[in-house]
Amino acid sequence: MTVTLNNAQVDYARGPALGPVTLSMAAGEAVALVGPSGCGKSTALRLLAGLEAPSRGEVTRAVGPGETAVVFQAPTLAPWLSAQANVALPMELAGVAKGEARERADAALRRVGLSGAEAARPAQLSGGMAMRVSLARALATEPRLLLLDEPFAALDEITRRALADDVAMLWESARPAMVFVTHNVEEAVYMAQRVVVLSRGPGRIVADIPVAGPLPRPPGFRTQATFRERVEAVSAALAQGAAG
Amino acid sequence: MSRLAPLALIALLLAAWEGACRALEIAPYLLPAPSAVAVALREHFPVLLAAAWRTLSVALIALGLASLIAQALALLTALSPLLDRAIRPLASVVQVTPVVALAPLVLIWAGLDHPQNALVILAVLVAFFPIFSGAVAGLKAADPDLERLFTLYGAGRWQRVIRLRLPSAVPFLLEGHKVGAGLALIGAVVAEFSAGSGKVQGLAWQILDAGNKLQTARMIAALVVLGAMGVALHAALEAIERAGLKWWRGR
Repeated sequence: MTVTLNNAQVDYARGPALGPVTLSMAAGEAVALVGPSGCGKSTALRLLAGLEAPSRGEVTRAVGPGETAVVFQAPTLAPWLSAQANVALPMELAGVAKGEARERADAALRRVGLSGAEAARPAQLSGGMAMRVSLARALATEPRLLLLDEPFAALDEITRRALADDVAMLWESARPAMVFVTHNVEEAVYMAQRVVVLSRGPGRIVADIPVAGPLPRPPGFRTQATFRERVEAVSAALAQGAAG
Repeated sequence: MSRLAPLALIALLLAAWEGACRALEIAPYLLPAPSAVAVALREHFPVLLAAAWRTLSVALIALGLASLIAQALALLTALSPLLDRAIRPLASVVQVTPVVALAPLVLIWAGLDHPQNALVILAVLVAFFPIFSGAVAGLKAADPDLERLFTLYGAGRWQRVIRLRLPSAVPFLLEGHKVGAGLALIGAVVAEFSAGSGKVQGLAWQILDAGNKLQTARMIAALVVLGAMGVALHAALEAIERAGLKWWRGR
């Protein structure tokens, strides 16, 4: 297991935010986490990342320091750094020599289709391109656990779909354990081998629905009966969880 | 057209002023006509310019010192919550105390032999706060998700300050320096008035001296130079801020 939540619960000053939740991630597994707004999806992600400790219960993480990468909802790039320097930053913080970090950053930018944009600043990039830089930054560190927190929420549908295929492809080439948080049911089914559905806040797991088929998805996957059927199953679980 | 509007208004007001002075035969020591001010301006221009430079140099030296002190203190507050608690109330005291009230004391302590030093200290006191509060706010303004990223990759305290908090603070620092520079100029002029001696022959002294001699036209000419200097300083700082922001975010 890469990371395990065991009856993990998080309470904030304003009240309970998540759980109790019990969830295990196998190495190389792609899991989507869906739930209504305010159900504690992002809190769950921070628990998995080790950025937050549970108020009750346990989090067991079998990943070393620097082996977790997070892609946030916004690209979260440093405006004063070039795309290349942004991608190289985590490696440099982790102690990789500057020259090597920059080379790996260039390679990561190439993999997300951004060769030529190394010197561009975030303000010069479109939303989709900035998100690709953010992805490159996460991938360049070769993480064993990749966490994505509604990474495409601010993008248009065409960019969203293109990036979803790219993320799946990049996941396939390195096979980290991946958690994809979203409130979009179709995106969840499309991006994961397993969809975990949370109830309304404080979120508990109401369903854990496997999705068969290869990842990345073949063309036309969205129109296949199995896809539609899984989407309906997840939607039903979501509705049930939202009703409390 | 809209750019010309303020100029047109100024021209209109000057014409009305000139006309009123002539028609009503107002005594020149009460209110000299704009033409008389222009004559005084031309006549005393080299002296006024030298005086303006003296005042400006006090303001610029004060800005430099205030910048160093304010940023160093802000950095300390960012590194230690205890120092933050200790420094902030004192900084606020400096801010709320009017510089005119402090001037006599500072003049006694630092200015008896070198009034110039007292002027610089007083201007530093007024320029300090906007730079300090800008730096403090800026050092806390880093994107929380970028902070999380630094945590994720095990960044140390110094790495966090140098590679995240300081660069994030740049826009706040630029704004703080812009406001601070304007205040440094005001501080320098106010301090000169308080010093009120011929030892420091800045623009304020020119105004005081002309006033004492009832040379009202020269007084207004000095005010015009002071106003022009203020406008020029503000424009220069706006340009520096714009260029700085462009450098910071790459466009």
